[in-house]
Amino acid sequence: MKPSGNILFSGVGGQGILLASEITAYALLATGLDVKKSEVHGMAQRGGSVVANLRYGEKVYSPLIDPGQADFVVAFETMEAVRYLPFMHQKTKVVVNTHKIAPPSVATGKAVYPHAILEELAKLKIATFPVDGFGIARSVGEIRAANLALVGALSSFLPVGEEVFLAVMEERLPRKLAENIAAFKKGRQITAA
Amino acid sequence: MAKADSEKLWLSGNEAIARGAWEAGVTVASAYPGTPSTEILENLVKYDDVYTEWAPNEKVALEVGLGASFAGARVLVTMKHVGLNVAADPLFTASYTGCRGGLVIVNADDPEMHSSQNEQDNRNYAFAAKLPMLEPSDPQEALTMLKEAFELSEKYDTPVLFRTTTRLAHVKSLITVGRRILGPVEVKIAKNPAKFVMLPGNARARRQAMVVRQQELLAFADTYAGNRLEKGDPKRGIITAGVAYLHAKEALPDASFLKLGMSWPLPEQMIRDFAASVDELIIVEELDPFHEIHIKAMGISCIGKEKIPATGELNAAIIKRSLTGEGPDLFAPAEMPMRPPNMCPGCPHRAVFYNLSKLDVFVSGDIGCYTLGFLPPLSAMDSCVCMGASIGVAHGLTKAMGGDQYKKTVAVIGDSTFLHSGINSLANMAYNKSHATVLILDNRITAMTGQQQNPASGGTLMGEAAHAIDLEQLCRAVGVAHVTTVNPHDISGTMKVLKEELERDATSVIICRAPCVLIPEMRQKKITPLTISQAHCTGCQACVRLGCPAISWQPLTPAEAKELGKKEKQKGYARISAEMCNGCGQCQAVCKFAAISEVEVGS
Repeated sequence: MKPSGNILFSGVGGQGILLASEITAYALLATGLDVKKSEVHGMAQRGGSVVANLRYGEKVYSPLIDPGQADFVVAFETMEAVRYLPFMHQKTKVVVNTHKIAPPSVATGKAVYPHAILEELAKLKIATFPVDGFGIARSVGEIRAANLALVGALSSFLPVGEEVFLAVMEERLPRKLAENIAAFKKGRQITAA
Repeated sequence: MAKADSEKLWLSGNEAIARGAWEAGVTVASAYPGTPSTEILENLVKYDDVYTEWAPNEKVALEVGLGASFAGARVLVTMKHVGLNVAADPLFTASYTGCRGGLVIVNADDPEMHSSQNEQDNRNYAFAAKLPMLEPSDPQEALTMLKEAFELSEKYDTPVLFRTTTRLAHVKSLITVGRRILGPVEVKIAKNPAKFVMLPGNARARRQAMVVRQQELLAFADTYAGNRLEKGDPKRGIITAGVAYLHAKEALPDASFLKLGMSWPLPEQMIRDFAASVDELIIVEELDPFHEIHIKAMGISCIGKEKIPATGELNAAIIKRSLTGEGPDLFAPAEMPMRPPNMCPGCPHRAVFYNLSKLDVFVSGDIGCYTLGFLPPLSAMDSCVCMGASIGVAHGLTKAMGGDQYKKTVAVIGDSTFLHSGINSLANMAYNKSHATVLILDNRITAMTGQQQNPASGGTLMGEAAHAIDLEQLCRAVGVAHVTTVNPHDISGTMKVLKEELERDATSVIICRAPCVLIPEMRQKKITPLTISQAHCTGCQACVRLGCPAISWQPLTPAEAKELGKKEKQKGYARISAEMCNGCGQCQAVCKFAAISEVEVGS
């Protein structure tokens, strides 16, 4: 029986979620698994909450992750991890960027950013792995590499070897390969233990 | 971009359709961009030997397609679901004329309205226009069935509707691709007035030909391999099509399935045999009870929309719960602020809506990025119906109210939307003496769908330079005497013109011209971000009320305010994110305290 799983990527339009989910998909494909990915384009992309569904297994039918069925949530922005709480189950692993982006109601002073929001996950005993994606990106000298740090953190949990990810990145990343690989490795160290 | 024979590629539904069109020997393709269909032509243009174009609207695209088909070419026309409403006029008569070269119309429905104003189910068009409709469920089927669609089109002398939905268009999977073939029809002028000139006498004859065609297609449906039986437990028999098939298969893997690849006409004998072979017949379909109604009309009883929701997208969990009552207990959603989409930092539209939010006017809006002007904090849009509607709606409002009320009505429409279906309405305003003011937000591109060229942009889909329509001249030509062009980033200058034109006893147009910040030329421009001097910021929130994603409000307690040397009653200050700022200067223009500058004041 081949491994199977559901990965939900969430964040804010423009954070590189599509690229991160592409790298992950290619790595899973390289192991011979069936993979389906669903994205949303158009209006929703304009700085709004965005989500990509990635499913893998021996044979994947539906392109959508059902509520309560996400095995991994990779959140590119802190509160966007918790927005998809109804998609999680008790054993979901949540990789979350500690970077916060104020939604319009917060940026205009009409609402407050829910700073203690990750505690909601802790209360529910959901395993959460915070990643300072922005800090890692800065440390490797490529501000846009935060997404690869998150993929690195996710990669420890997937049935794919690190070398497969590195090969996919070499093939798929047109620019700043060394920096992105460095970010990936730093992310992976966080969850490798 | 020709690829080797039979290799495996990781493609989205839209990429697979583009690939399928190329493999099918398509030589002409026309479309108007619309989510979730846009990427089809954006990918098809990358292949050799295909002419591709953006048409100003879907009706034009379909007419271009029809002409190319009359010449014998294999043609692809693509649009979103509401685009087919625009193209419905040629569609219904194209069913009469039929084709020479294969003509396939890809129609992308958007259940759940991810990026649309409605979620109409366009399978109904297949019935109404008496056209066959194929409906793939995943990217591999999309490629295979698109090629079959061209064969069908030529064999049965009919345009073929090809329905996708968001969860096919934007779903990726690994698919096997093939090589390109060429269409079998010779490309030439082949006059056939009895078939192509739809005067009543000819059309009556063609109508009878359509009756025969429908019978032939009915017979074909029962033999079509895309309609397939998947035998399982005979207790539950599910008839389903498109993405709903995938969800249903996930929800009830052991059930018996009749998977329809052809959504219209239906394989009636297969359906009768399948119904007889199962204890309970269930129709699982997204949106309307389209198959359910037609299967019930065949005298077959079945379960459908009394259990399966008729609104929004389906997923496996919804189907399972609807049919079995089973489903996992879920974590309750956490309360948190919404994160709706927003106009980009530096977007010229923002300044227009900032001005409109200060005026007591009814803003008749339209479809585009600027529809986001509806959202707080600008909240400056009062209606939005469909492409081009803003101008007609504004005119109707003024005619109903009469008197001086026209001074309170503006229409707001983008350059691409104006060229799509706003020109006629503007001609109507001039002709019928409207006094409303039309704002054309000309950002030089079709922005919402991802920066596609349009007839005013100066370039084509294939990357050639093109005539750029002079919008000022166009407006004058339809009879608008008062056309003013402003730079929307100049907030006070635009406001002055707005007030003058609102007062005017005649139709007037204000062209608000500044390029979209996402077009390549703007992305390459060196940006000098702005900064807010904390010492000068009084916390008045004028800049915050622009709703720019780069500007955020930093609240202060009285103690914190005092510590910063501010009045205790100052509730906070504004900050600009240097990473996000585009340097447009709109916030600078609204700041009364000269606190915003390129370099920090006083440093």
